[in-house]
Amino acid sequence: MHDGGHDAAHGSLTSYAVGFLLSLLLTAGSFGAVMSGAVPHAMILPAIVVLAVTQLLVQLILFLHLGSAPDQRSNTVIFLLTGMLIVIIVAGSLWVMHNANVNMMPMQMSVERALAKN
Amino acid sequence: MNSPVSTLHGGHGGHEHGHDAGANTVLGFWIYLMSDCLIFAILFATFGVLSTSYAGGPSGRELFDLPYVAGETLLLLVSSFTFGVAMLSMQARRTDNVIILLLVTFLLGTGFIWMEVHEFAHLIAEGAGPDRSAFLSAYFVLVGTHGLHVTVGLLWLAVMMHQIARYGLDGIVRRRLSCLSLFWHFLDLVWICVFTFVYLRGVL
Repeated sequence: MHDGGHDAAHGSLTSYAVGFLLSLLLTAGSFGAVMSGAVPHAMILPAIVVLAVTQLLVQLILFLHLGSAPDQRSNTVIFLLTGMLIVIIVAGSLWVMHNANVNMMPMQMSVERALAKN
Repeated sequence: MNSPVSTLHGGHGGHEHGHDAGANTVLGFWIYLMSDCLIFAILFATFGVLSTSYAGGPSGRELFDLPYVAGETLLLLVSSFTFGVAMLSMQARRTDNVIILLLVTFLLGTGFIWMEVHEFAHLIAEGAGPDRSAFLSAYFVLVGTHGLHVTVGLLWLAVMMHQIARYGLDGIVRRRLSCLSLFWHFLDLVWICVFTFVYLRGVL
């Protein structure tokens, strides 16, 4: 009797097939954008990031069944909080280390040369 | 299910009781996966910071073979799908189908690991091992950690195939399969980030 509700949380063959096909297309899009050379170079990185995020969402919803259904809500909330931590860790590390690199004195430069430049 | 008999036996194997405990187990496993996510986030951040620290050694553009990586990606993606279908068979209580689909998943996962070990061996033979540069250290740790997770998943898959054959699809086996399916799909999610941010971005 409770299995009816339980099944809903596990998707159907259609949802798995749709998720699989979308993932295939998005993966092919990512590799195609880099390997074909058809995409302008400046647009490649934004394109593959968007494709990756889309594929993450597709698989989270269709394979991992995240959503706003009552029995999935706690999983979704925990995931969103983790996502926030991940953004802070990754973006924060990259930002801090980028600034550290930009402001660091190049190893080849002597103190005298660095002072002379100012 | 709510007959007095099953209430009496609720302590061991009562279905309602088992279901509640099962839901808690899967939630707990999900929380574990999220903490695993943080491990990967830290490894991705490390890789991002060190992604151009070549120390005069080879860069990703010279090392990475994209068609090969696309092959690995395909193996893992198909295995994620076959595991999903195995879970549907589990709901339909088709024991033989579940074992066959898990076996297919296992073989696809083994193919992925075989390709990855081959790739690592090739890099090390070329002199581009983890000791060559900070970039390669970060690469081997990040991709290797993912590979280690997949290997543990394979071990778990083998154990579950044995348990299904021995005990059938009882409540405990189904609960464990639910956890393993989360684990397996989660590893495919991590791989999406790996092929995008390590391999594709690496050759740009």
